[in-house]
This record gives sequence, C-alpha cells and structure tokens, in this order.
Amino acid sequence: MSLSERLHPGINLAGTDPEGHEAAEEVLFGFWIFLMSDLVLFAVLFATYAAMSVQGIAEGPGPAEVFDLTAAFLETLLLLLSSFAFGFALLAMKYRENRRSVLAWLLVTGILGVAFVGMELHDYYVMATAHEATPQVSGFLSAYYLLTGTHALHVSSGLVWMAIMAIQIAVFGFDKRVKLRLMRLALFWHMLDVVWIGIFTFVYLFGVAS
Amino acid sequence: MNWELIFGQITWNSFVFAGAIENPSLSEFIASGAGTVAVLGALASVILLTVKRWWVPLWRDWLTSVDHKKVGIMYIVTALVMFARAVIEGALMRAQQLSAVDNSGFLSADHFGQLFSTHGTIMIFFVAMPFITGLMNYVMPLQIGARDVSFPLLNAISLMLTIAGAILIMVSLVIGQFSTGGWTAYPPFTGIHFSPGQGVDYWIWAVSLGSIGSTLTGLNFAVTIYKKRCPGMTLFRMPLFCWTTLCTSILMIFAMAPLTAATIMLALDRYAGFHFFTNGAGGNMMNYANLFWLFGHPEVYILILPAFGVWSEVVATFSSKRIYGYTSLVYATMCIAVLSFAVWLHHFFTMGQSANVNAVFGIATMVIGVPTGVKVYDWLLTMVGGRIRFTTPMLFHINFLLTFILGGMTGVLLANPGIDFQVHNTLFLVAHFHNMIIPGVLFGMFAAVQFWFPKAFGFRLHEGLGRASFWCFAPGFLLAFFPLYWLGMMGATRRTYMWTDPAYLPWLALAMAGAVLILTGFALMVTQIVVSVRRRAELAAPLGDPWDGRALEWSIPSPPPDWNFAVLPEVSSRHPFYEAKKAGTAYRSPTAYEDIEVPRNTATAPLIGLFACAWAFGLVWHIWWLVVVSFVLMWAVVIARSFASDTEEIIPAATVKAANEAFLAAVRATPGVTRDQEMTAANRGRAVPESLEGGAGVLSSGATVGVSR
Amino acid sequence: MSNRVPADIMPGAYEEERRERLSYVIGLILALTLTAGAFAVVWLDLLSGGAALAVLGLLAFIQAVVHLRFFLHIDLERSHRDDLMLILFTVLILLIMVSGTVWILYDQHVRMMP
Ligand code: HEM
Ligand SMILES: [Cu+2]
Repeated sequence: MSLSERLHPGINLAGTDPEGHEAAEEVLFGFWIFLMSDLVLFAVLFATYAAMSVQGIAEGPGPAEVFDLTAAFLETLLLLLSSFAFGFALLAMKYRENRRSVLAWLLVTGILGVAFVGMELHDYYVMATAHEATPQVSGFLSAYYLLTGTHALHVSSGLVWMAIMAIQIAVFGFDKRVKLRLMRLALFWHMLDVVWIGIFTFVYLFGVAS
Repeated sequence: MNWELIFGQITWNSFVFAGAIENPSLSEFIASGAGTVAVLGALASVILLTVKRWWVPLWRDWLTSVDHKKVGIMYIVTALVMFARAVIEGALMRAQQLSAVDNSGFLSADHFGQLFSTHGTIMIFFVAMPFITGLMNYVMPLQIGARDVSFPLLNAISLMLTIAGAILIMVSLVIGQFSTGGWTAYPPFTGIHFSPGQGVDYWIWAVSLGSIGSTLTGLNFAVTIYKKRCPGMTLFRMPLFCWTTLCTSILMIFAMAPLTAATIMLALDRYAGFHFFTNGAGGNMMNYANLFWLFGHPEVYILILPAFGVWSEVVATFSSKRIYGYTSLVYATMCIAVLSFAVWLHHFFTMGQSANVNAVFGIATMVIGVPTGVKVYDWLLTMVGGRIRFTTPMLFHINFLLTFILGGMTGVLLANPGIDFQVHNTLFLVAHFHNMIIPGVLFGMFAAVQFWFPKAFGFRLHEGLGRASFWCFAPGFLLAFFPLYWLGMMGATRRTYMWTDPAYLPWLALAMAGAVLILTGFALMVTQIVVSVRRRAELAAPLGDPWDGRALEWSIPSPPPDWNFAVLPEVSSRHPFYEAKKAGTAYRSPTAYEDIEVPRNTATAPLIGLFACAWAFGLVWHIWWLVVVSFVLMWAVVIARSFASDTEEIIPAATVKAANEAFLAAVRATPGVTRDQEMTAANRGRAVPESLEGGAGVLSSGATVGVSR
Repeated sequence: MSNRVPADIMPGAYEEERRERLSYVIGLILALTLTAGAFAVVWLDLLSGGAALAVLGLLAFIQAVVHLRFFLHIDLERSHRDDLMLILFTVLILLIMVSGTVWILYDQHVRMMP
C-alpha cells in the first residue's frame, strides 16, 4: 500500500501501519456516519435556536443583554488549542507509538477541555445569577441552554472517553483497537470544534451584532 | 419512611386494576383485561420457559447472540407480538366508533385516546420498524455475500434498545396510563399543563429508545453495504432489496435526529419547565410539528422502501423473469429517498404559513409520485411475458399494485393544499395512510415472511393456509379502510370517540366487518405458522433454493450455517446464482477452505437493553435512584466491554468443509424440481432453472452439474 | 520529544510526519486568524447590520472548511469517492432542514404579528 492511499476519509494510519489502516476502513467510516448523524442533531438545534432567539424572547432578556463575548472568545481559544493538542497526540501515536508523549499531549488536550467546560459552567452561573437568565425564563433561553448544553455534554463525554483511552493506552499499549479508538475520539473532538464555530458565530456574535 | 424516594410517583392507584375497582365500567374492565392479559402473557412465557427448560438455550443461543440472522428473527418476532396487541386495539377502536353513534359507546374518551395513541405508536415504532429492520438484518448480508454486518454487537444493541422500548409500552398497560396525544404527541396538549401524569413520558422514552436503536441500525447497514460486499459485487450488481436497504439506512441516519431533538425538547418542557413548545414565555408549538415531521415524512419512506425491495424480489422470482428496468428502479429509489427530505410540511398545510410555502411543499410532494410511478410500471412490465405463479407472496404483490395505486392517488390529492384544507384531520387521511401502509408495508412484510421463511428455517410455510390468510387480509383491508374515505369526505374527524350523524353508521359497520376479516387473516397466518412447524418434515426444503431464486442467499443451505458462506462468493453479474445454475456451475466444491472468524456471543447487548429499560422506567415515574443507577450501569457495561479481549472465535476449516461438503452432496443426490412441483413435497430446495425446464432431463439427475474437484 | 524510532517505520515517514505537523500548525494559525477576525468585526464595530452578519457567516464557513481540511484531514482528491459522497450528502440534508425550518417558522411568525 502506498503512503497516500486512503481507505476512508479523514485522519488515518496510511503509511505507518498498513494493517491498522485496513482495519480502520470500516470502523472509521462507521464513525464518520455517526458524526454526520450527530451533526444533523446539532443542525436541528441550531435551526430551533435561530427561530427562538428572535421570536422566543418574550418578557425575558435578549441575547445582547446576557452574552459575554470575552468569555466566548476565551472558550473558543481553549477548544481550538485542545483540538490542536489532540492533533499532536495523534501524530505521536501514528509515527512514534510513544506512550509518554501521547499521554502528555492527551493530558494537555484534557486540561484545556476541562477548562472549557468549567468556563461554560461559569457562564451559566453568571447568567443565572446576574441576569436571572435561566432556561425557564423564555423560549430563547431554553434554546440557548439546550444548544450550548448539548455541546458541553458532548465535550464532557469526550473527556470521560479520553480518560478511559489514557487507561487503555497504559494497559494495552498501542494495539490496533486502541489506535482505532483514539482516532475516532480525535474525529469526535475535532468535530465538536467545528460545531463550536457555529455556536460562537451564530449564537454569540450574531446575538451581540444584531 | 418516604416511599416516594423509592417508588417515585408510583402508588397503588397507578395499577390499572385500581381503576376497575374504584370506577367499575366496561371501559375500565377492558383496560384491566388488557393489563391482565399482559401480565398473564408474561407469566405464561416464564412458566413455559421454565417447564421446557428453555431459559438456557434462550439466553445462550438467542439473547446473547450477535449473529445477524438471529438478531433479524428476534426483531421480527418482536414485531409480530406487538402487532397482535396493536391490531386488536385497532379493532377495538372500530367497535367503539360503530357503537358510539349518538351515544358514548363502551369506552371512555380517555381510554379511546390511549388506544389510538398506543395503536399508532406501536404500529409505527414497534411493528413496522422492527419488521423491516429484522428483514433487512436477515436478508441483506446474505444477498451481498457477507458473513455478518459490519458491527454485529452494535446490531444486537440496537435490537435490545428496540425491545426495551417495546417492553416499556407493554408495562404501560399495567402501571399507569399511556399518553392520549396520538402517535405524534403534539404539544401544547402533551405539555405538562394539559397532560400531567406519566402517559406522555411513556411515549417520549419508548419512542426515544426505538429511535436511537434505529439510528444505530441505519449506520450499521450503510457501512455493511459500503464495505462488506463480496468480491465482484459492485453496487450496481446488488439485488434491489439491498438498494432499498441502503437508501432506508441513509434515511435512518439523518431522519431520526430531528425526532430525538423533538422528544428531548418536549421532555425538557415537561420535566424542567423549559419553554420550547409551551403556550407562553416564547414557546412555539409549531416548531414541534416542524421537527416531528422532519423525521415523520422520511420515516414513511424508511418503512416503504424495504417493502419496495421485497416487491421487486417477489415479482421477479414468481414471474420467472429478471426484474424489468433494474437501473430505473435504483434511480427511482434514490430520488424518492432524497425528495423525502423536502416535503415534510405537507403534514401541516393548515398551520398558518403563507400560500407560497404550502405551494412549494405541495409541488415537491406531487413530484414524488413520478419515481414511484416509474416503479409501478417496472413491476408491471416484469410480469409481462413472464411465467407467473400465483403463490401467496405473488398474490400479495398483485394486491399491492392494485391498492397502492389508489392510495397513491389519494396521496396526490392530499398534496394539494386546497384539498388538504378540506379533509385534513378526517378519516380520509386515516384511510390514506392505512392504504399506503397496510398493502404496501405490512403486506410486503407478510409476503417477505412467506418468501424467506424457508431460507430461515429450512421448511416452507403451508401454502393453502397462506392463501386463505391472503383472502381474508386483502378484502378485509378494502372493507376496513375504503369506507373511511367516504366518512372523511362526509366530515368524520379522526381520533373521535363518538358521533352524532347517523349517516355514518353503514360505513362504520362495513369498516368493522373489514377489521374482523383482518383479525381472521392474522389468526390464519398464526395457524399457518403453527401447522407448518408441525408438518415441517413434509415441507422441508433444506437445500436452500425452493423458488428458483436468483441472488446469493438461495445458493446456501437453509437454514444457513453460522458463517453464511463457506467461502466468500465471487460474482460477475446481477444474477450470480441464477446464471450459475443455468451454466451448470452452481454447487461446485470450492478448491480450498479457510478458518472463519466469527464474533463470540456476549451478554453486553441484553444488559444494555435491560438497563436502558430500567432507566426509561425510572424517568417515567421519577424514580431518580433508578435513573442514576441504571444509567451508570449501562455505561459501565459499555466500558467494561471495551476492555474485553478475546471476543472472536475461530471455526476451523475442517468444520466448515465437512458441513459444506455434506450440503453439496445432498444437493447432488437430489433431483431438481420444476416450477409445477414447487408446492409439492418433492420440493426439497433444489430448483431446475426455468430456462432449462423441458430439456432438463439431464440436469435433474444432478450428476452432470456437481462436478467437484 | 522522544527519539525512539519505531523499527517498522516506513521510508519517507519522517517527511510525512513533518508535513502533517505543519498542516496542524497552518490550521491553527488560520483558525486563530479567522476567529480573531470574526470577533474583531463585532468588538470594533467594523460592520453593522446585515453586512456584519453576512461577513460573520462567511468567516464561519471558511473556518469550518479549514478545520475539516487541516484537523479532520478531509481530502477531496485522495478519499474514496463513495464514502465522501455519503458524508457530503449531510451538507445537503443540513441545508434543507435548517433553511426549511427557518423559512417556515419565520413565515408563520410574520403572519402572526398583530
Ligand atoms: C390492520 C388493521 C388495522 C386497523 C383495524 C387499524 C385501525 C385504526 C383505527 C381505528 C385508527 C384510529 C383512527 C382515528 O383516528 O379515528 C387507527 C389509527 C392509526 N393507525 Fe391503524 N389500523 C390497522 C393497522 C395499522 C397499521 C399496520 C399501521 C402502521 C404500521 C397503523 C398505523 C396507525 C396510525 C399511525 C394511526 C394514527 C394514530 C393517531 O391518530 O395518532 N395502523 N388505526
Ligand atoms: Cu409525508
């Protein structure tokens, strides 16, 4: 198999681990399909939010009153850097199979991820206390909390998954299964970053700009 | 002692029997009767399993199995059990509506509301969905020459989630009440304000479990078809059933998500006071209709496409011809699949958007008629010049063509917003969708059972009883539902438990007669299965090819071995098996056998199903400890499984060889039968291909074909 | 980072590794720039009204493509056509669902105004 031959879209093992690459064909393709299904879920939440953020404010506060752009910007940076760190974890796995450096990069990714979730929770806390903007107040806030909350929940489950992967790397080393799982987690993580682009643009920036 | 901590909102009054004691009435007695039947049914199964010592085989050979064939059969059994309940509910509603002209009949309004809600929910999510899923599970891997689906464990998990949902609905017969919000559960009626109590929560969680299962199934099947086809099986060599399976899978992947979103939002409204669909505080209940039908319309194509696939297989086989217009059927299927995402608004033309919006979606809807029409012509032309055998599946097919066209035309009528404004929410609509779903999907599945049963179990179904059941089902359907078109045009609204217009009476009586015929048909079908099991020796067709089939599934023994194919086939045409039979190259011994790796059985899936069911039950009744515990356990199982190694076992080449050579020897020793003898005891599953009949004397000896090395 | 060279490393893999690292770095730089640009539009009031929204939407679209290309390694040339089609089909479905929903709900909203 030549270095460039791809059996499935996206991140892959072509070149360094032909056997793993072949085994990846089905599972990674399957995981892509899962991601697409998940993306449709997010799309529907976005569409709902788009309608609710204009039509569902009722007596409650509007977007511009409750959003904190600085926090959103920092969150964006955290998630972006953690995606980047995961990329390097994956390269360390793909080209070196070095446990220490993979785990180190994963730790960086995880810490950034935890910081992201922490900041979001803090946002929620501030909104709820300073602005009395809880999801029960209006359709707009319901949609806001559901959309960002679903994303945060995804990130959190990604973190749990990451912890389990760290254990599996320690226990099993880089056998085929572990590699394929780490690759899927990477796709998951990067995809959440893409969803976040939508959130910071269509929720935060649109909310404040209009 | 705080009982609520332990039992949540369950009290003695939650049990259905309490209703009959407190408020004795026929309606309550029927409810209690249903509850009793559910409890007794469960008890009877437990006793039967214990007495026959079937617990271990049930667990070891079935529940823990990840074999696509067994998973498929379990799906279909689930569907049939749930069908028995839901069809009785249908007949009960017919009886109520007949008895309730100018009086309130024998059911309370609330009970009637539960009936149409459970009937609709069960029929769609726990009859039609598991039926098609089971069939695709069983047949598709065999047709593409694969040993299993891509993710066998995931497949078993999907099954168990579906069963968990079905169990939840069955539990609602005994504990608490079901929703009265119909299968669509529109808020604000289903919001906490107008529907306090657990009914809607039962609906939410049962449907969510089913829909998660279906999403995973869609994913699994799409990957299987993309990645597991045998050598030479290009996409355009796949049997049509595989094409429709592929398109249905893709619809499942994308269409279930909006439903999940809608149920989550409804749940948040109900449990946590959110305002997605409420009347006040910026809620917008119209978005619910929008989200629900974003799923709902593709859903009807999820159901009908596999049936289209079945019809294509059936008509070709029993016309002894190849399917007419293969390519056009494939493209028509794709068109339908894509278009089905662009028409959802036709379910709420009357909700107040402007005429332009309605027009766009109305036209898009009518356009779907075109590819569907193409299919109908293809099926008709397949029969032209063929040698048609009027077997049970073929009878169902002809009935399908005749009635489905009528149903389709009423669909085009409804696609016109102007007409829809007149008849929406009437029995005209009820007639329309039953007209599509019963002759199309349900009878399609029945035909499929008749057609593939000998493959799955090694013996044919009794043909006489099959035809008898057909002759009850087909006229029964016409009688039960065509009067509803008239009733609808007379103004009879759907979901209505009593009437005041005596002009409805004769039509309702006809419909009742039809329902009775349908029930008779179902009874005959059950009888047919029982009788066939008893006479299985006489009906045996272990050699695998009772109908002179064309695709790969007919080339292997019936029932197929665990590994399906002794060696993976290599194909070079659309009708590999048929052509091999014609050329005399079928049933050759392969040059070499290899060890085969198959996944081991595992308790993972049934455990996940169990905890999912407990989790959902906890949510319905606000039993929070159960929710937390079962949720944690469910994921613990997943995580534990991810640490398991040694999940595969090897079947040695020698075992495979012995089994396969025995099969081939049996085939060679058996004379082939011609189509005249198809329904006789002579049909052991070796067919003389139609094109060789007549001059086929040489072949029927078998000796000249089975050249082995 | 470690110097351990896996015994089975293929010739040219080091090149490949450096190239892939570079790709992540480029991705990060592009993403940071685009993000900063988007926030700048709002913070510095560079644009307003419809123009602002249009530019923000465009920036988000570009950034999504950047992520797909540099982080998720979606590669239009080297991937299997059929696989990619199924994935890209999602875009079509998303467009239909989102635009349809927004259109329908907006239309209804407008007609409900007093
Ligand atoms: C075979 C015999 C059947 C009978 C006698 C029957 C009868 C009925 C009746 C009386 C209703 C209520 C009509 C009303 O709203 O007034 C109904 C509704 C419905 N039926 Fe059936 N039905 C049958 C089969 C099926 C099948 C096979 C399916 C689908 C696979 C199905 C799906 C539905 C649905 C979705 C509803 C709407 C429930 C709602 O209003 O929410 N039915 N049926
Ligand atoms: Cu529709």
